Amino acid sequence: MNAAIQNTMHVVVALVLPPLLPGVIAKTKALFAGRVGPPVLQPYYDLIKLFRKGSVISTTTTGVFLAGPVVGLVTVTMALLLVPLGHSDAPISFTGDLVLLAYLLGLGRFFTALAALDTGSAFEGMGAAREVTFACLAEPALFLGLLVLAKLSGSLQLAGMLGNSLASHWSGAGASLALVLISWFIVLLAENCRIPFDDPNTHLELTMIHEVMVLDHSGPALGMILYGAALKLFLFGALVVRLVMPRTTFAWLDWLIFVGAILGVSVVVGVVESSLARLRLTHVPVLLVTACLLSAFGVILLVR
Amino acid sequence: MNEWLLIAGVVLTALSGVPGYLTRYPGPVTQWVTTLIAVSGSTLGLLALCMFWTMGEGQSVVLPWPIPGAEFAVALDGLAALFLLPVFLVSLVGSVYGLAYWKESEHPDSGRKLRLFYGILTAGMGLLVIARNSILFLFGWEGMALSAFFLVTAEDGKQEAREAGWVYLVATHIATLCLFGLFAILHAASGSFALAPLAWDKVSPRTATLAFTLTLLGFGIKAGIMPLHVWLPGSHAVAPTHVSAILSGVIIKMGIYGLVRITSLIPHPPVEWGEIILALGVASGILGVVFAIGQHDLKRLLAYHSIENIGIIVIGLGLALVGRSLGRSGWIILGLGGSLLHVWNHAFFKSLLFLSAGSVVHATHTREIDHLGGLAKRMPVTAACFLIGSVAICGLPPLNGFVSEFLIYLGLFGTLVSGDGPSYAGAAFAAPALALIGALAIACFAKAYGAVFLGTARTHHADHANEAPWAMLAPLLVLVAACVVIGLTPVVVVPALARAISAWAPELRDVEAELVALAPLKWVSVMSLALLTALAAAGFLLRYRLRTGAVEHGPTWACGYVAPTPRMQYTSSSFAQSLVNLFGRVLRPKTLRPPTLALFPQKSEFQSKVSDVVLDEAALPVFRLAGYLFSRFRVFQQGSVQSYLLYLFIALIALLLWR
Repeated sequence: MNAAIQNTMHVVVALVLPPLLPGVIAKTKALFAGRVGPPVLQPYYDLIKLFRKGSVISTTTTGVFLAGPVVGLVTVTMALLLVPLGHSDAPISFTGDLVLLAYLLGLGRFFTALAALDTGSAFEGMGAAREVTFACLAEPALFLGLLVLAKLSGSLQLAGMLGNSLASHWSGAGASLALVLISWFIVLLAENCRIPFDDPNTHLELTMIHEVMVLDHSGPALGMILYGAALKLFLFGALVVRLVMPRTTFAWLDWLIFVGAILGVSVVVGVVESSLARLRLTHVPVLLVTACLLSAFGVILLVR
Repeated sequence: MNEWLLIAGVVLTALSGVPGYLTRYPGPVTQWVTTLIAVSGSTLGLLALCMFWTMGEGQSVVLPWPIPGAEFAVALDGLAALFLLPVFLVSLVGSVYGLAYWKESEHPDSGRKLRLFYGILTAGMGLLVIARNSILFLFGWEGMALSAFFLVTAEDGKQEAREAGWVYLVATHIATLCLFGLFAILHAASGSFALAPLAWDKVSPRTATLAFTLTLLGFGIKAGIMPLHVWLPGSHAVAPTHVSAILSGVIIKMGIYGLVRITSLIPHPPVEWGEIILALGVASGILGVVFAIGQHDLKRLLAYHSIENIGIIVIGLGLALVGRSLGRSGWIILGLGGSLLHVWNHAFFKSLLFLSAGSVVHATHTREIDHLGGLAKRMPVTAACFLIGSVAICGLPPLNGFVSEFLIYLGLFGTLVSGDGPSYAGAAFAAPALALIGALAIACFAKAYGAVFLGTARTHHADHANEAPWAMLAPLLVLVAACVVIGLTPVVVVPALARAISAWAPELRDVEAELVALAPLKWVSVMSLALLTALAAAGFLLRYRLRTGAVEHGPTWACGYVAPTPRMQYTSSSFAQSLVNLFGRVLRPKTLRPPTLALFPQKSEFQSKVSDVVLDEAALPVFRLAGYLFSRFRVFQQGSVQSYLLYLFIALIALLLWR
């Protein structure tokens, strides 16, 4: 019974909360810039509006163009069922689910890139190329971090790796975990195309990564893409939060801490975006390799 | 019984091309007859495998053979059966594909030759896998290696085919030479040419190391492990496509078979062997895919992906060897299980990709990726098959590539998380490497599929391509089915895998139960099916929403530019550029760009190329040096049969006197 309540809670939070995150980021940036900014709930309004709108579809495209948003949204939704959130273990948990998580996101990335190439637009091709290129360097960083957690917890399930015992390891293996934390935060910024990797609000298609891939999508398809992006930000946010979150015995308190922490992550992202400039594209790989190396040092510290 | 059925299948495929070759009036009829015999031979082989998996092992067949030391000893065990399935299946679909792809009427000069050697090739591989005697093994091996040479050079009028064939021939001879050395050492150690487990305690470490080095070289060259892969990209690119499919899907697996079979004979390998193999696997995997990204030729690109996938297979094998040295059954089962399953998977999805690429080449007469585009509209079935193959080769769920990589990942992570006994961090670092390989593969296939099938046609040929005929599409669908079945219900392959693992490491008990316990394959099934259902539901919803809402169709938004042309699309070279630059120190891309001199520049051009560094800068200079040195021996090489007979006679007399 309790498990059923927790799982329901998991699904509800995972599906409802994510669009709040971009809203919080935008509000934070507005505060830093001395503006009022759009309401925190603006992403919800946008999604509702988009799902009501009509679409324009390029005559160049094939079915792949619409498969992109569908696969992108479905894969990230399924991936969210594998990640433990507030109090509960994830609703779906089995040995090796971490691999499925990474590869589901890979599937989404593959089809998003293909949908971009389907339009035959040079800009979208450029965005797709950048997206898949930077992902190549983010992926090992993610896995190296997972190695640290696997070694610490002795488990190959995300629920165990990010489980209740993790908090106790901060005293013994704090250095490794801190390295993973920094590395995963960099991965979060890269995978979700935030500054310093990409500027979602730039007005030049030439300099964008993710936004330029979806230039041709409109209406409900664009809505799916934006919702999927919010879910993905939430997913990586949840990974980072579970890494540092203290665990209590009260379910409601855990959920409260979790929601507070993930909104805190959004604020941090907003602060980073307000205080940093976007990196030159040629320098992006350097930062990502740094993330890999940080995690790798984390592993080496543990197995030395 | 199984063995006899297999031998019948092998003989039938070996002879399949003979009636067609000897006939005086070649034409469509001989082509059909040849294919029919080849298909029935392969079907017999597949039937024998089915009987083996359902009923169990039969008796090994031993026939007298009047060659000193040799015995016609064949046996079918779990390992052999596992490697035989791709041999017969890919050969079968390849023969059918060849009916339309390499028509007798379109290739009157090479068609019969091609079909003759295609049969011999299949038979050679069938023979070497079931051989239990090293001399018999070498017969099969050379049958395969030499017929592959004639297949690669089927279009010997083309210079690139001759050059690639030449490199292949040199490489395969070096491999065979290593095998001669290896089997001689094994003979000296055990006193017989039988391929049976050895008492390695009696072998000196030095001999053992030499034997291992020769195994690695001989079989590694055939498997195309980096940096021994020099023959692979060229010959895969120039061979007729159904030959490329069998080259990449099956022949290079014979190298893996050799590695697996020889390592199975060694109960307690030193742990360094496993480490070396693991490291080679990681190097092959990463470099293979990185080189693939730089290619402009569709078939060369796929060829480099073979090197990558061999790398993944070898990572699993290395893990299994380390596990055997340290006595960890879980590592053996997951490592070897993933490795062997990837042998199947790669055979299926790579043949699928090569055959779909062949249909593209057949329809457009070019292998240049940047001359294609927009083919998904012209060739929808081929495009769908290539897409399925791409998802599978990137190791993405819900297809078969994911399952085998999943097993290997579990094994690699398991080296850190072993409850009892020592952990082994060196192997664990292969997991992030595998993640890098996966992400790079996604990049490469986004490039390939996007540039070939999506967007608009870049040339006239691509714009007027027609869908392939059914004889070329049906084989694709068979391979798609194999990929989907293994991806959605991986449980079906567990018994076959378990028998192969027990054949490799007879000391393990209850392999099947342990494999099921270690790898949650049922969850993989559930998640894959759930993924497909969710995709279908979401796709249906979007479709429904679009049907009920207002939809306009218009040109692609070009950021305000009103007259875009197909040439303005992002090319595959531009797509790959940032990755190629990232790995520039290894790839050494060459670019040719004349300087812009005048104020108003005239028409200019730009070329970029990633050629094979190992071939150009290591192998070819060595080959040339060897050629120069061996030219001294040309005095003996007169080309007259009489003098060769004389050499033989003198050598025999010398050997007799020496004894």
